[in-house]
Amino acid sequence: MNKSLSPLSPPSYAATNAVFIRRSLTLSLRNTESLMMSIILPVMLMLLFTYVFGGAIAPEGDYANYVVPGIILLCAGYGAATTAVDVSTDMTNGIIDRFRTMPIRSLSVVTGHVAASLARNLVATGVVIGVALLVGFRPTGSFPEWLAALGVIVLFILTLTWLYAAIGLVAGSPSAASGYGFILLFLPYLSSAFVPIETMPHWLRGVASHQPITPLIETIRGLLLGTPIGDYAWIGAAWCAGLIAIAFVWCGFAFKKRAGRR
Amino acid sequence: MTFMIEVKDLRKSFGDQQVLRGVDIAVPQGQIYALLGPNGAGKTTLINILTTLVAADGGSARIAGYDVAAESGKVKQSISLTGQFAAVDEMLSAEENLQMMCRLSGMRSAEAKRRTAELLGQFDLIAAAGKRVKTYSGGMRRRVDLAISLVASRPVLFLDEPTTGLDTVSRRALWDIIERLKASGMTIFLTTQYLEEADQLADRIGVINGGRLVAEGTAAELKARIGGEVIELTNEREQWSRTISTTGSAQDIGRILNGLAASLPPDTQVTIRRPSMDDVFIALTQQPSEVSVS
Repeated sequence: MNKSLSPLSPPSYAATNAVFIRRSLTLSLRNTESLMMSIILPVMLMLLFTYVFGGAIAPEGDYANYVVPGIILLCAGYGAATTAVDVSTDMTNGIIDRFRTMPIRSLSVVTGHVAASLARNLVATGVVIGVALLVGFRPTGSFPEWLAALGVIVLFILTLTWLYAAIGLVAGSPSAASGYGFILLFLPYLSSAFVPIETMPHWLRGVASHQPITPLIETIRGLLLGTPIGDYAWIGAAWCAGLIAIAFVWCGFAFKKRAGRR
Repeated sequence: MTFMIEVKDLRKSFGDQQVLRGVDIAVPQGQIYALLGPNGAGKTTLINILTTLVAADGGSARIAGYDVAAESGKVKQSISLTGQFAAVDEMLSAEENLQMMCRLSGMRSAEAKRRTAELLGQFDLIAAAGKRVKTYSGGMRRRVDLAISLVASRPVLFLDEPTTGLDTVSRRALWDIIERLKASGMTIFLTTQYLEEADQLADRIGVINGGRLVAEGTAAELKARIGGEVIELTNEREQWSRTISTTGSAQDIGRILNGLAASLPPDTQVTIRRPSMDDVFIALTQQPSEVSVS
């Protein structure tokens, strides 16, 4: 049984990541229900906001244009939340111990989940934009502006996903991870995603203007619809860079800490 | 003699709870060592330390000559672990699981395919190779798990309760596989709750309880220490039971029962049976555990 006793050299960092990315992508595709939900839910939310609340919020009927950028980010948030559950599931069953006892950089298992989340979310975003066009979203952006908007969306997805990955690492169980993850989903509602900040009570305006979602949404709105962007692009990028850095360090730390506990 | 596993005065606490209180073990190359103990005795903690998952508080442990704390990279290249819970991706097939692990062990695609096919054959998994592991029985899952541990042919294999929860047929099939692995020169360290399993497989058995090795020896030596058979006295009306070790000879059993007859209620039932794991504990630790009542 021991034919190949010659010691194998451990796989490179890139090869390890490739294996884990492929694993997470395959798992995502096979988890059909979760995949469907991450696409259907944002679409339903968009229809809800456009048709149910839209008339009240913007009686002149141009609400679709206003709300779609926010829905795109909200959609990314829903899709990324699954990452917390996926990471937590891996951490609480035996498979992580196996990875840890192999001569590989086992944190790559999380990288795999992040990459899969990015892929899932980009598909969902595509569907949302498609449906948005059907319900009256009339973007005016040029091709480079679309590319820039895509860049903002990718950055946002990565930021949220790394945060969710960290949540998955510190949560005690997959269902706890899902619960904690819910908190982040409130952020878009406290931003300029659905209603302009000026319509909020005074004390809430401070919260809404000093959180990452508002500058990101205003940036996307500016790119796709031609509204003024101003400093929002830089503020949004700075938020994302800062949060990714924090989430990254947090992940590394939580991963090590968890190793000692079990 | 070269020791593939060498543990000296190993200690570990979680908070106030001392899980390992100075354990010494030495396993020569090519042998099977079974660590026998009840839940919470420290078995899994010991395996976790030996497989670099958890850091010890004191003492030392060397695997294939490498220190688990200082040279964990080298240790990881010398071991593979089959943990207590099947560490396989349920949504992937056995074939996909194996291929993934082959790639993670540093194989190229062609080599990974070849090794996967070889292991599927050896573990009698060819028929189910393409189905998702989710649909497998407990015994099949365990086989996939074990096959994965053997992907890279490491010299030392750790098995944490490999047959817990399996039916008799699957258990025996797994024992066969473990024996074949030993024959191929692997050093195997396994934990178990079953005396029979240790008896069947191990060259040496260590009995762990409360974080200490309370006895160590071959199966024959351990059995000799608790006598050949156990007399079990049960009184259903008064709801108690107690066990007494015996050599199993008519003379010894007679002596024990004669000595007790006067003090026992007349409706007490007597059974004579092979010693169980619980009896080993009672005999070795003089510390009846709650399971002995059942």
